[in-house]
Amino acid sequence: MVKINGEEYQYDNKQLTAVLEELNYDQTRIAVEINEEIVPKVCYDATVLKDGDIVEVVSFVGGG
Amino acid sequence: MTPTRDEFYNALIERHGAENQKKFDGATVAICGLGGLGSNIAICLARAGVGKLILIDFDKVDISNLHRQQYKADQVGMPKPEALSNNLKEINPYITIETHNVKVTEENVIELTKDADIVCEAFDKAENKAMLVNAILENAPEKYILSSSGMAGFGSANLIKTKKISKRFFLSGDSVSDVNDGIGLLSSRVMVCAAHEAHMALRILMGEATV
Repeated sequence: MVKINGEEYQYDNKQLTAVLEELNYDQTRIAVEINEEIVPKVCYDATVLKDGDIVEVVSFVGGG
Repeated sequence: MTPTRDEFYNALIERHGAENQKKFDGATVAICGLGGLGSNIAICLARAGVGKLILIDFDKVDISNLHRQQYKADQVGMPKPEALSNNLKEINPYITIETHNVKVTEENVIELTKDADIVCEAFDKAENKAMLVNAILENAPEKYILSSSGMAGFGSANLIKTKKISKRFFLSGDSVSDVNDGIGLLSSRVMVCAAHEAHMALRILMGEATV
């Protein structure tokens, strides 16, 4: 079980890129932290979620 | 008559306390984007007596900016860093300001913000916000990064909040109100969000990195 933005998902052993696609995130507008550590964009493909991971996906909207 | 430096700082000390004022005075904050968010953040920080601001924007003041950004009608056409610097110096003549009239990119952001203790993201476009936040978190983990997302529209100001995402990353806004949904930008709501970001910057400088 992993937690993404406070909600639990059965995404153990799943690639981060696949998870972001499944949850419909636009990869050009997000920052992802796993257990409070930033995941560099170039590492999304190589990152695999594991049981207990706390994931924060910050998805930005326009305006400023 | 313009107050002397001592008079100016004594008045700030009276409001903030000597210990806090020393921290503000010794701090450098970079503001990336000088629109509705950035120009208002800069004014809050200059009034509080933050010692140095790094102001970065590639754009010029446009008539369409005047409804929410801290520029004056006679500044239309001026580069934003220069115009804002002039306005800030009128408020606080003793602040140190570094201006950069360039577009912030992944390539130049670390060099532009190298002297900053805190980086304030104050862009308009979601992709640029994401680029800056990722760049700082990945390459300058010793800095604080404050960002804003979701301040468009005429909705309640009470929906705008600041969240601590991780140790050095704070996000202000309602997270959802996107200007691209055609809901406009209202000066008061953008200013609330800018004040959240500026307030978080000052709290961090005081040693209170909590929301």
